[in-house]
Amino acid sequence: MNWALIWQGFLETCMMTVCSSVISYLLGMPLGVLLVITRKDGIKPAPTFNAVLGAVINFLRSIPFILLIAMLIPVTRAVMGTAIGTSASVFPLVISATPYIARVVEQSFLEVDGGVIEAAKAMGSTTWQIIWKVLIPESVPSLVTGAAMAVTTILAYTAMVSAVGGGGVGAYAITKGYQRGKKYYDFMYAASAVLVLMVQVIAITGTRLTRRLDHRIR
Amino acid sequence: MHLSKNAPLIEVKNLRKVYQVPGGEVVALDGINLSIEKGQIYGIIGMSGAGKSTLIRCMNRLDTPTDGQILIDGQNILAMNEKQLMITRRKVSMIFQQFNLLMQKTVARNVRYPLEIAGVPKAKANQRVKELLKIVELEDKADAYPIQLSGGQRQRVAIARALASDPEVLLCDEATSALDPMTTQSILALLQDINKRLGITVVLITHEMAVIRQICSRVAILDGGKIAEEGTVDDVFVHTRSAAGKRLFGIVPSQQDDTAIEIPALRIVFDEGKESQPIIAELVRDCGVNVNILSADIKRINGKSYGQMLIETPSDEDTKKQVMAYLTRQGLTVKEVDPV
Repeated sequence: MNWALIWQGFLETCMMTVCSSVISYLLGMPLGVLLVITRKDGIKPAPTFNAVLGAVINFLRSIPFILLIAMLIPVTRAVMGTAIGTSASVFPLVISATPYIARVVEQSFLEVDGGVIEAAKAMGSTTWQIIWKVLIPESVPSLVTGAAMAVTTILAYTAMVSAVGGGGVGAYAITKGYQRGKKYYDFMYAASAVLVLMVQVIAITGTRLTRRLDHRIR
Repeated sequence: MHLSKNAPLIEVKNLRKVYQVPGGEVVALDGINLSIEKGQIYGIIGMSGAGKSTLIRCMNRLDTPTDGQILIDGQNILAMNEKQLMITRRKVSMIFQQFNLLMQKTVARNVRYPLEIAGVPKAKANQRVKELLKIVELEDKADAYPIQLSGGQRQRVAIARALASDPEVLLCDEATSALDPMTTQSILALLQDINKRLGITVVLITHEMAVIRQICSRVAILDGGKIAEEGTVDDVFVHTRSAAGKRLFGIVPSQQDDTAIEIPALRIVFDEGKESQPIIAELVRDCGVNVNILSADIKRINGKSYGQMLIETPSDEDTKKQVMAYLTRQGLTVKEVDPV
């Protein structure tokens, strides 16, 4: 059993997941805000913009990730300097996760009671003040739950970047385990177990954090 | 604010609100004219669907009317741009049926919100929050979250929050409808107190008669998007003219409809706030007649009795005259009603 490789894969997976999650949230969060406020009943209605943005997001979300990686290769090369390897794989991960996160964030914002937003409006809040002081703070628990889901999804996707020579514990489970035949299956199982553990940790952290942050629980 | 002495604080002129719905339109407000003076507690009452919620929501432009004018301090809020509207909204506060508090923020942070968005320095804002919580008697709940409070306490927080921006007007959108009767009483008392002590004009909408009776000085009855009648609360209660008003006050048609009387009767109207009980008792004692009460519909408003009573007309002409004279002397309106 090559434990050193599993450890290396674990670190690479963490790097890819954290980088992709952070960048995807930086992009997806504003998109989620835009999706919510430009709705017909939103605080800054812009139905046409909303429809176009929604269509683009749905389009990106409908492409299977493995195909997206392949189709993005020229773009990845242009942006990251190379299309192959662990760092390069962050780019397709971000492209795939951003629209997903935009939807997850949108859902969280939609859970905020419309009456509260109306009250903020009635108090003379600007659109920015409503976003920063009402919409985001009021949906924090739900945003955290969503983030745990999004990070879990990104983590699962990192396994697929083995297709473009990306590293990570999931990729090694395939390339250094499965593809090398039955003799290396135990490596595949061990690497997969690490992934399962990582997902558990993220999920449990998400649940606990949500509970701690939610002041609607007595 | 530059108010000439009798200029109304809020003036609603020919207000119309039409909703476009699939297959047509719904007229929610149909030519509303209202004039609300500074310092009043003005009640707007109506059945659900009468348009009262739409009306009050137009007063701070949470709803945009289709046509008409709303003048606050002489300025038409419907002609304002976003920025002007924002400033006006800080002078026209609102509380809601469902309180609409920020659930992830403490009581103190909720009350501080209007001060934060207005850019009040933190220390000054915190000081003001303390004062406001004192007004609503929730100083000890400053660090609690809304979920830990009862409905009445939540509405008190909402009131404190509404007062933070030093408003001239407080709009109450069914503010007591989600509360039990006891709590309703305490919230109404608080609103009355705020009106008296801080001179804030209160506009409230409700479907509950008791709310109007208890604290309002003037009332408008809204029915089908129109004002059915309007006046001082005392007047509207005693001389209810509109069908909508009679329906709301629970005046059964037979009690007012003279044709429904089966035997000759005398209608006694208590419109000066006289106590009904002693008067009938004294009538029996002083005139030595038996009084047969056919029906009575007496309501207590601001501690006085209003309403009317039907008593059987004494068969003896002299006794009848004696009774009528006695009641007239007591300052009551007496009218003979003939059976069908």
